[in-house]
Amino acid sequence: MEKILQVKDLHVSFTTYGGVVQAVRGVSFDLHRGETLAIVGESGCGKSVTSQSIMRLIPEPPGKIKSGQIFLKGMDLIQLKEPELRKIRGANISMIFQDPMTALNPTITIGEQIMEGILQHKNISREQAKKAALEMLHLVGISNPEIRLKQYPHQFSGGMRQRIVIAMALVCQPDVLIADEPTTALDVTIQAQILELFRDIQKKTGVSIILITHDLGVVAQVADRIAVMYAGRIVEIGTRREIFYQPQHPYTKGLLQSVPRLDVEGAELVPIPGTPPDLFSPPKGCAFAARCPYAMEVCEKVYPFETSLSHHHYVNCWLQDVRAKALVSSNH
Amino acid sequence: MELRKQETRNISPEIPDEWFVPINKNKLESESVVRPSLSYWKDSWHRLLKNKLAMAGLFFLIALTLMAIFGPMLSPHSVETQRLTEQNLPPSSKYWFGTDDLGRDVFTRTCYGARISLFVGIMAALIDFVIGVVYGGIAGYKGGRIDNFMMRFVEILYGLPYLLVVILVMVVIGPGLTTIILALSITGWVGMARIVRGQVLQIKNYEFVLASKTFGTKTSRIIRKNLLPNTMGPIIVQMTLTIPSAIFAEAFLSFIGLGIQAPHASWGVMANDGLSTILSGYWWRLFFPTLFISLTMFAFNVLGDGLQDALDPKLRR
Amino acid sequence: MKSYLIKRLIAMIITLWLIITGTFFLMHSVPGSPFNEERTTNEAIQKNLEAYYQLDKPLFVQYVNYLKSLVQFDLGPSIKKSSQTVNDLLGRGFPVSFELGLYTLILAIISGITLGVLAALRHNGIIDYLAMTIAVLGISIPNFVMATLLIQQLAVNIPIFPVATWASPKHMVLPILALATGPMAIIARLTRTSMLEVLTQDYIKTAKAKGLSPVKIVFKHALRNALLPVVTVLGSLAASILTGTFVIEKIFAIPGMGKYFVDSINNRDYPVIMGTTVFYSAILIVMLFLVDLAYGLLDPRIKLHKKEAK
Ligand SMILES: Nc1ncnc2c1ncn2[C@@H]1O[C@H](COP(=O)(O)OP(=O)(O)O)[C@@H](O)[C@H]1O
Ligand code: SF4
Ligand SMILES: [Mg+2]
Repeated sequence: MEKILQVKDLHVSFTTYGGVVQAVRGVSFDLHRGETLAIVGESGCGKSVTSQSIMRLIPEPPGKIKSGQIFLKGMDLIQLKEPELRKIRGANISMIFQDPMTALNPTITIGEQIMEGILQHKNISREQAKKAALEMLHLVGISNPEIRLKQYPHQFSGGMRQRIVIAMALVCQPDVLIADEPTTALDVTIQAQILELFRDIQKKTGVSIILITHDLGVVAQVADRIAVMYAGRIVEIGTRREIFYQPQHPYTKGLLQSVPRLDVEGAELVPIPGTPPDLFSPPKGCAFAARCPYAMEVCEKVYPFETSLSHHHYVNCWLQDVRAKALVSSNH
Repeated sequence: MELRKQETRNISPEIPDEWFVPINKNKLESESVVRPSLSYWKDSWHRLLKNKLAMAGLFFLIALTLMAIFGPMLSPHSVETQRLTEQNLPPSSKYWFGTDDLGRDVFTRTCYGARISLFVGIMAALIDFVIGVVYGGIAGYKGGRIDNFMMRFVEILYGLPYLLVVILVMVVIGPGLTTIILALSITGWVGMARIVRGQVLQIKNYEFVLASKTFGTKTSRIIRKNLLPNTMGPIIVQMTLTIPSAIFAEAFLSFIGLGIQAPHASWGVMANDGLSTILSGYWWRLFFPTLFISLTMFAFNVLGDGLQDALDPKLRR
Repeated sequence: MKSYLIKRLIAMIITLWLIITGTFFLMHSVPGSPFNEERTTNEAIQKNLEAYYQLDKPLFVQYVNYLKSLVQFDLGPSIKKSSQTVNDLLGRGFPVSFELGLYTLILAIISGITLGVLAALRHNGIIDYLAMTIAVLGISIPNFVMATLLIQQLAVNIPIFPVATWASPKHMVLPILALATGPMAIIARLTRTSMLEVLTQDYIKTAKAKGLSPVKIVFKHALRNALLPVVTVLGSLAASILTGTFVIEKIFAIPGMGKYFVDSINNRDYPVIMGTTVFYSAILIVMLFLVDLAYGLLDPRIKLHKKEAK
């Protein structure tokens, strides 16, 4: 499979009033053409920072990409300058933000907002841009697109607006679409419709999607692969089947127990006790140690190595060490 | 640490075996750092202390107050004594700020001006506060149609040009210190009433929250921790910003001949007197009163801004 | 749209009527009312007044008469100057004051917005601190102090500009500068705050994610939204410029409405005070109305229409 986007050992921090927040502390993953990769984790674990780093939209200051590489078709985005990045944003990588109520400019017609992206990147006439915008509105399932083009955001419902935002992001036919919690602000029924739409547009356009969410329920519907993030790092990554049916990391297991599941009947909902660590001074070893039921002394001292369980299933946890396995089996 | 980059192995020889023992959880929890949480007021005070401009303003105002109280005692000259042999003298060791066309000491008069300005500003802020709290409190507390009606009235007053109203009232009731304060209060309280009403509505919501779900948190604690900070902040800021606008209004009125009347000393009166000498080179007669008006307003404005930043938890960076 | 306009018009008339009534009774409540007493020595004026207000009649009749003449745009005679009417004074003074006020407003808006936007774009930079220091100074220095300062520096010490009057464009520079500083400072601060707020909005992030250039983001996406709050204060700024003309015209000896107003206050020329107040109020009410219309044009969420076509 072609790797369209590669993130390697990304470190991002923010200098604030209270100190330096190490928001992302060594994130690596690949995104393949035409797949949906979900990044899941509790709020504050660095999902948005990761995605905004890929767009190079981290506000600097206070933020700073300390190290790492982000390859898009062989180019390292970290090395690029603003003018070059502008050519990539919207054209090669697009991004959708959480709240469709605020993601659209209230004083500009949605037609103009969809068209301006394509006018920026492609050398075409307004007429052609309008045609492209109409096609996009049609693609995302908005009826009467001709009339709708001339309307303002406040004339649309939340779900409709998210469709428009998606149309806006896709109008230049990007390779990668990053959706940061695209359904969090929506009603449950609308959520399902929007997720359906993601699947649909992926089939039609072949775009690769990074879907960011704190809700594993959302992921179950659409993700091909899932990366689980905790305290600025990816702790486990694998296919949807692997993550849902053979989770290895205690945090992944905890997350799975804390979401309602349709496939396991009568499953009890157990929230993970405790709170994520302070990213001002993250623990030296495994950040989950304070909340982990299996924590060992080693977990506090050294960050666990990455263990490969299958061709695409990786986990960072000391439980993978044979000595820990012996310990667990002797205890039970 | 490039541990992640290593080949995956199911055993890591460099890690000693004895580390693979369950952790003592109690130890962990006791270690978890408790961040020092400053109380709201302390926290705000610290933020205010860090704001150099606001602190400079505060120091100036303290100095001005001292000058208003003790300045006339320090000076050997009285406010109204006229010495026709010593007219329009420039600043010297005898007359620190010079003398005016009647031979009066400009320093002593400036100190009296400070008294009047501070008095007018503080009185106006206090009266606004009292009327605003009563009116806004009733409107917010009663709610419904009464609130609607009372706020409609406030809207109308709010739409009127403040100084024009004050001028009209001054024309009718005549010049003087008391009448200035009275005139300023006639429309000045509407801003405060709006804020207080908003805060009262908030408090009502808190009560609702309290009644519906009691988490075992003491009511007094909620009032102290959440309610007072949230409601007092905007009121304090409003009062701080009312003072300079009242001081401006007094100076403005005195300057156009409607406020404090000669021979009493107010910065506006002194500036008006000084204006006629602008061509004759007696710069000190215009310079000192206008300098003090500007500095005082500047000090109150930066202090108000600083308080606003310090008291608004949303602005915490 | 039409019904909205009619509603607004009625509201404006009611407000104006309230102001007229308030002013009328306020002026007639002055102890030893000058309208009824022979304080004026000039017989001609006394006759004018009697004819105009029918001073022998009850107060209410006088009030109705006053309203009647106001409807015909007649503001009455002056007490102090024989054969002068308030209309005469306004006819002479208003064009001058209008010029002063208009230029001031334009200068304040343009420079204030520029300063505010620059400050926001260079948030916490040198330009920001500089602009905000200028703004706090502008708010703190009263316009009459500013005027004297300018005269002292730029007319007396270094005689670049004339000291007073309103004869040529060169004469206008200092009064306009003096009057514009305060409103400019207010606009600059407001623009900065609102621009900073807008720049953190999601739609700005979205615009960046589209790959738009910073210039486009600022001018197309940020500025218009940031200026909405600024538009709302234009009404009260116009009011403060208007009261500012009182002192500025006095200091610079500009023969405008403000100067006549201050003179009339000092002479206790009540009909002039009353007439001018009514006139000022009418102007301000119209200003507020125009501001509302402008707001409606700028913000599509505000509907001036009765119902939105679905
Ligand atoms: N602009 C910023 N300034 C300071 N800290 C930030 C900023 N943006 C994000 N952070 C910090 O980075 C961490 C990760 O945030 P984020 O990526 O938004 O989490 P999430 O996974 O919920 O999207 C958080 O602890 C947050 O406090
Ligand atoms: S490394 Fe240790 S603390 Fe971390 S998840 Fe694995 S077992 Fe738990
Ligand atoms: Mg997020």
